[in-house]
Amino acid sequence: MKRSTRRRLIQGVLYAVFAAVVLFIILAADWGRIQSSFLDPEVAAAAFPEIVTIAAKNTIVYTAIAFVGGMLLGLLLALMKLSPVLPYRWLATAYIELFRGLPALLVIFGFAYAVPIAFGWRPPGGNAGAGLIGLIVVSAAYIAETIRAGIEAVPKGQVEAARSLGMNSAWTMLTVVLPQAFRIITPPLTNELVILIKDTSLLFIAGMAIGDRELTTFARDALTSQANSTPLVVAALLYLVITLPLTQLVAKLERHNKRGR
Amino acid sequence: MIPVAHAASGARSTTVPAIEVRELCKNFGSNEVLKGIDFHVDQGEVVCVIGPSGSGKSTLLRCVNRLEEPTSGTVMVEGVDITDSETDLDGVRTRIGMVFQQFNLFPHLTVLKNLTLAQQRAKKRGKAEATEVARRNLAKVGLAEKADAFPAQLSGGQQQRVAIARALSMDPDMMLFDEPTSALDPELVGDVLEVMKQLAREGMTMMVVTHEMGFAREVGDRVVFMDGGVVVEQGKPEDVLGNPQHERTKLFLSKVL
Repeated sequence: MKRSTRRRLIQGVLYAVFAAVVLFIILAADWGRIQSSFLDPEVAAAAFPEIVTIAAKNTIVYTAIAFVGGMLLGLLLALMKLSPVLPYRWLATAYIELFRGLPALLVIFGFAYAVPIAFGWRPPGGNAGAGLIGLIVVSAAYIAETIRAGIEAVPKGQVEAARSLGMNSAWTMLTVVLPQAFRIITPPLTNELVILIKDTSLLFIAGMAIGDRELTTFARDALTSQANSTPLVVAALLYLVITLPLTQLVAKLERHNKRGR
Repeated sequence: MIPVAHAASGARSTTVPAIEVRELCKNFGSNEVLKGIDFHVDQGEVVCVIGPSGSGKSTLLRCVNRLEEPTSGTVMVEGVDITDSETDLDGVRTRIGMVFQQFNLFPHLTVLKNLTLAQQRAKKRGKAEATEVARRNLAKVGLAEKADAFPAQLSGGQQQRVAIARALSMDPDMMLFDEPTSALDPELVGDVLEVMKQLAREGMTMMVVTHEMGFAREVGDRVVFMDGGVVVEQGKPEDVLGNPQHERTKLFLSKVL
């Protein structure tokens, strides 16, 4: 058999297997039941407009708060990890290793209940606010490592040039190193943001007031009350509406960065 | 009023060397790079440091503004011991211009911002004054029209001239050059050397680590030959380059001339 004939034959078999699997799923699945429990237009319509005006809005607000908080705390941790002061380095390393090693769900749960007990202080925003502190604490650990990598990726000559001009280390970091570091880590940071959007779904563990619910909690409640899974599908689509433009942006930024080098 | 570049030099005693290095040793781990260097540069003098790679000449230069921490010995800049922890190192550094082999311009800033940044942050100059000084120095290196360009848009030779203008914008008393033309394409070397010659003619104190023997011969007041972490031989360029006394100098020159 000729080489090209054989290759075409193998490809044909692969397509046939794929088609058979798809066909089996289509035939085996009960489409009537799938439609009535996941794609019920009446149940979907009932979720609106609250699923957008409350749930999707809250998801975006929580993500923004957690990202800004995570960036600030992450930057502080990254600078501590690169600090010449040994205890700072220990502290930052311990923090990062601890919170990257724990499930986010556990940390959110812990902070939602531990903070009010430990400090006698209830964070603004009720249970959602308390849960958000846990989310900030976790995301800061990941963001800190990303920022540290970015700082270390800035060529040493940049610091030497700034210091030889008489600039102190703080101004050098602020005006020379960090602007370049953030340019380098824009794609991984945007990735962190996308992960954070999805991780806001873990906030349910803190227990939420009706108006504080984000997409997943809202959909779960709707599922329970309507005895129908359609709200999950609507929530899934809304997540994609938020995340897809962002992942496209990441891809665009990565292409842009490559061109600039 | 235009600020005078060397306002302090008149008041300073001319007997104090610009740079004075005594018994300087520098180790990288177990590797001895500098083995007890005695070295000086007088005010207004142009000293070219030559030698094979690995001879320690760049390390010596980098010890002068303490980019490298000396292992032992003293480094005096205008009579101030810069290895003393009480010394205001950032203040001393504003008086020492440094030019790197790899230019090290700030890629995220325009040429003009490259020149004004340290003036504003380290010398606390106002924006207007810093901009004026920057434009004057850009004109001096022949790149006035590149103020708004980014470094990546310039050739290597242009980048190095911007780097020189950036160092000059701090109104330094002396300039250190660390192989300033080694990373350049041959046809771009001339423009950079021309700017350096002009500086020398104006009386700038210069320490130049270089492989450009023509420059050393033409511009240098003194040539220092280093090998294996020690100063082997030094003197007038025509003596060291034309009539070397040491075997190691002869061997090196036979390879590069």
